[in-house]
Amino acid sequence: MKNLYLIAYLDLKESIRAKWFLVYSLVFGGLIALFFIAGVTESQVMGFSGLSRLLLMYIQITIVILPIFILITTVRSISGDRDSHILEYMLSFPISLKQYYWGKIIGRFITVYLPVIFAMVIAVVYGAFKGAEIPWNIFFLYTGLLFAMSATFLGIAFFISSFVKSSEVALGIAFFIWIFLLAFIDIALISLMMQQRVDEGIIIFISLMNPMEIFRVAAISLFDPELTVMGPVAFYILDSVSQTTFVLLSIGYPLLLGLLFAFFGYKIFEKKDLV
Amino acid sequence: MIKVNNVTKKFGSHISLENVSCVFEKNEAIALMGANGAGKTTLIRSIMGYYHPNSGEVLINGLNPAKNRVEVLQHISFVPQLPPPIKLSIEELMQYISVSANVDKELIVHYADEMKLDIKANLSKSFFKLSGGMKQKLLIAISLAKDSDIIIYDEPTANLDPKARDDFYRLLKQNEQEKVLLFVTHRLEEVQDLVNRQIYMDLGKIVSDERV
Repeated sequence: MKNLYLIAYLDLKESIRAKWFLVYSLVFGGLIALFFIAGVTESQVMGFSGLSRLLLMYIQITIVILPIFILITTVRSISGDRDSHILEYMLSFPISLKQYYWGKIIGRFITVYLPVIFAMVIAVVYGAFKGAEIPWNIFFLYTGLLFAMSATFLGIAFFISSFVKSSEVALGIAFFIWIFLLAFIDIALISLMMQQRVDEGIIIFISLMNPMEIFRVAAISLFDPELTVMGPVAFYILDSVSQTTFVLLSIGYPLLLGLLFAFFGYKIFEKKDLV
Repeated sequence: MIKVNNVTKKFGSHISLENVSCVFEKNEAIALMGANGAGKTTLIRSIMGYYHPNSGEVLINGLNPAKNRVEVLQHISFVPQLPPPIKLSIEELMQYISVSANVDKELIVHYADEMKLDIKANLSKSFFKLSGGMKQKLLIAISLAKDSDIIIYDEPTANLDPKARDDFYRLLKQNEQEKVLLFVTHRLEEVQDLVNRQIYMDLGKIVSDERV
């Protein structure tokens, strides 16, 4: 276990010193600052106001940019170390592959999760200081959603990193996955299926297989328990599962997906040539 | 101690090692030579357990290095040809090595001093920001501080000035007893006094193996 913590600790220290981490933290911290400066907490749109509105805007932007941030900063972790012969040297010491791989994942998870959650905590503390009411239910849901989202994309990134030899290719695949989940499934595939009059149940099922889509729906589910903004789709979702089950599913499914990808990544890492 | 038994390693259609067999015993210092692409690095990496051979097997003290990497690597010190751009500070790198391989940090400092490298003044510096020579000296100091039965050097003196090379060979002479020393080198004259066995490789095969 000491080696697992060692790898996680050193990866965390190394990441915190990296320039990408500074940019990453500034983006999410800056978002919150921007919302306060722009007076989002004072505005009222569609009944959402104060900190609830700020958190909703924050999560909606985060759902789009967090996956690509995680993918591009993490996808090169193992393939980049392999490329630059760091892996060859670091693995010449008696550390098991299991400890190295999972230690890296733990270290990187803390690195990517802390700034996004920290920005949200700052928002809540500052909002409370300004006298706003704190929407704890939304805060806890978003904490869970961000946790699950970080785990999902970290798992996918490590999976890619484990089998790709060059970090350039890894970056390309990461971009493709992000675009695929963000645009292709949501706009292209769904539109095409609707055009072809594919059964609505299948369309919605495929759509909700997409972790980014399930996050989007879950993010508004507390504001709009009937999911009225989604139109008829809401009937399918809420007919099939209760709102509480849907919220649990929106955290549990992506978390499981991330763990599965990370696990398959480990299996490949273990079986393949290391350098 | 190291037994390479009919090992073949292919990358796609390219055969990097073809049915290679050799045994390295204690108190042997071997110069492994050959042109670029002869298969030297592939052989080293197979011994370290980085590559899974297509056929044949490598055994280190009777253990497969890919399957029993923790047990096997406790006995191996390795210095690569080019120091990798590790972003950890020297202090962190020493912590990694000290915890994972049970190496005494003071011993690393001692060997670094012997190599005329002042580690204590550079502890917070990132490893990759050191000069090429300083990096190589530190990796050599680490390899000597680690209590290993097998020491593998892949062109270790490439970045060293003549004085540092002399220091390196002097330290190695003091530490070679009861070990297997494996040098990948293109400059036999440098290690001639140190080695007692010369192996030449070409096109993935051992073409000559002489004891001197």
